[in-house]
Amino acid sequence: MKYLEEFSDPELAARLLDDIRATVTRPWALMEVCGGQTHSIIRHGIDQLLPEQIEMIHGPGCPVCVTPLEIIDKALEIASRPGVIFCSFGDMLRVPGSGRDLFRVKSAGADVRVVYSPLDALNLARDNPDRQVVFFGIGFETTAPPNAMTVYQAKRQGIENFSLLVSHVRVPPAIRAIMESPSCRVQGFLAAGHVCSVMGTAEYPELAERYRVPIVVTGFEPLDILEGIRRTVRQLEAGRHELENAYPRAVPAEGNPAARAMLADVFEVTDRAWRGIGVIPGSGWRLSQAYRDYDAECRFDVGDMHTAESATCRSGEVLQGLIKPHECEAFGTECTPRNPLGATMVSSEGACAAYYSYRRLATPTVRAGASPRVPAGV
Amino acid sequence: MTLDITGWVCPLPLRDSPTIVMGHGGGGAMSAELIHHLFLPALAPAAGATQVLADLGDSAVVGVAGMRLAMSTDSYVVRPMFFPGGSIGDLAVNGTVNDIAMSGAAPLYLTAGFILEEGTAVEVVGRVAEAMGVAARTAGVTVVTGDTKVVDAGHGDGVYVTTAGVGFVPAGVDIGPSRARPGDVVIVSGAIGMHGIAVMSVRDGLEFESQIRSDTAALHGLVAAMIEPDDDGVRPGVRVLRDPTRGGLAASLNEIAAASGVGVDVVERSVPVPAHVANACGFLGLDPWYVANEGKLVAFVAPEDAADVLERMRAHPLGAEAAVIGECVEEHPGMVVAHTAFGATRVVDLPIGEQLPRIC
Repeated sequence: MKYLEEFSDPELAARLLDDIRATVTRPWALMEVCGGQTHSIIRHGIDQLLPEQIEMIHGPGCPVCVTPLEIIDKALEIASRPGVIFCSFGDMLRVPGSGRDLFRVKSAGADVRVVYSPLDALNLARDNPDRQVVFFGIGFETTAPPNAMTVYQAKRQGIENFSLLVSHVRVPPAIRAIMESPSCRVQGFLAAGHVCSVMGTAEYPELAERYRVPIVVTGFEPLDILEGIRRTVRQLEAGRHELENAYPRAVPAEGNPAARAMLADVFEVTDRAWRGIGVIPGSGWRLSQAYRDYDAECRFDVGDMHTAESATCRSGEVLQGLIKPHECEAFGTECTPRNPLGATMVSSEGACAAYYSYRRLATPTVRAGASPRVPAGV
Repeated sequence: MTLDITGWVCPLPLRDSPTIVMGHGGGGAMSAELIHHLFLPALAPAAGATQVLADLGDSAVVGVAGMRLAMSTDSYVVRPMFFPGGSIGDLAVNGTVNDIAMSGAAPLYLTAGFILEEGTAVEVVGRVAEAMGVAARTAGVTVVTGDTKVVDAGHGDGVYVTTAGVGFVPAGVDIGPSRARPGDVVIVSGAIGMHGIAVMSVRDGLEFESQIRSDTAALHGLVAAMIEPDDDGVRPGVRVLRDPTRGGLAASLNEIAAASGVGVDVVERSVPVPAHVANACGFLGLDPWYVANEGKLVAFVAPEDAADVLERMRAHPLGAEAAVIGECVEEHPGMVVAHTAFGATRVVDLPIGEQLPRIC
């Protein structure tokens, strides 16, 4: 826990910023992949402090944001069924489906519960054998292993009233999709540190080589992010495009072998739709054949539900880094965290919500010594 | 009489929820919407009568026979009922005492209403009542009337408590949420986030080991010390007091910025956040500025009196860690802006509903 304080030191941050300023000679567009990094960048104002030549493009790495509308609607349908206890992480509850969210469904009488660990949902199933307990398994490579563990344990312990609504996604295919998009402007990536702490770094050298982009594995505290940016800019200025690990305190090259083994057993790779982006080949996981009985989509027969996305919401372009949140016409007017049109406005990791929360000040003037006065002698 | 929702005089309709959702109780934007669009119009006084409710202070100040009285009421539904550092009984007394104290009043009398669920252990009700008695005697207030109702099993959750209180506002004290002026200094009485994290540390499904205890305490003694007249009979310029409970420091600062029409600039690093609170918030994905407190206050003080008030606060046991955290400005009225440790700025928004733990 001491890392929280140490990796937020303003003096060290100033030194990293000096190094970045001294290194950069031309404009560069970098993408931070993970929503946690976006949140940290905006919250601490890191993008305001970078030299003008460096543009941060916010990537698609918010698990809430990229979960497709269709899956949300399936969740709402399943949660509304009698006898179901529907369990979810907290920040999925406010994500709008077609006209409702899980809060409304709960308010209308559904048994929707926020759990903090997926295994709590399994315990609920064990304690309520006459109810069907469903866990909403969304997220990247980070949340996938504990969610896989629930199904693994359910099968081992014979808990048959438990199922998983799966919408897991993987980062490397998304990087590939971004780089192959004709409008791509990204010249370097800060890879998501916690994803790599599970999966390791083996998937990335090939991407760096094929698309000739530096990829730097980066953490989440302010100094981590500045170091990731510094290393990416150094590579770009030197004409290099390699994988670097700037987050070695959490990321060994091999990742977490136990977690990877669990993923390989419980899940298999599948094509997956990303909200606002569309289907990315091989970008998701579904339950493998051995665990298919625990798939909530089959158990509740919602596999055929299909829904369309909002025509106004431009979250897809935001998620691909094509526009900044405030460049969307609906931003802050039709679309606010209170009434989100798209998921990027819901989760605190969503780029639109981060901009809305922290950047509505029309002219965020940053001046040296512009801090509020503190009375003398106090 | 049925309520005619088509006749509401709302600048905006209750937009999108035909039913009450948990966020309406979160102390943020959804709570404010419910109050402004439903309760204020419905409970408006008769034409010509003095409008007090709309001031939306922690307590209301009313004139009675030439005296000024502060009144407040609050309901307590905290789960679990017993947590490190206190219980629902402590909150029921201290919370209402504090609401009265935020008008600068000396709290005198409390009422106590109990809604008990059929099947609740009498021992539990006894522990809650005992805690209330101890807290009231410690605070020097008297519970003078009460009420008990029992609801069918399943129609309540053990024990709910509602208290109301009345206090006396001394002459020359004029404290309210709309009194802040540009230049005022913002002071917080101590470390934030402790109550909310203490409760979360024992909440079902989330138990984690923590050394954090709720900060529940009655603050009227601290307030009295802050506003006591000096040797010349002059009271320091304490303009606004708020106890940042639900919605935390962020909600209180936003409410005052809106009520007073001023901007509030806060120096992020000057806000006292204990390491244990920061760490717990770190792994839960919460922001300590939005976490509830039950024994802290935020004061907006005239700049010329700020050093004096801070000194008085630090001399009191409940204000020993008081700190200046920012100031009121003319720019960005109604908005709270934090200056980060790195020299950047960000808007500190009113929370929407409840804070939701993040996925990862």
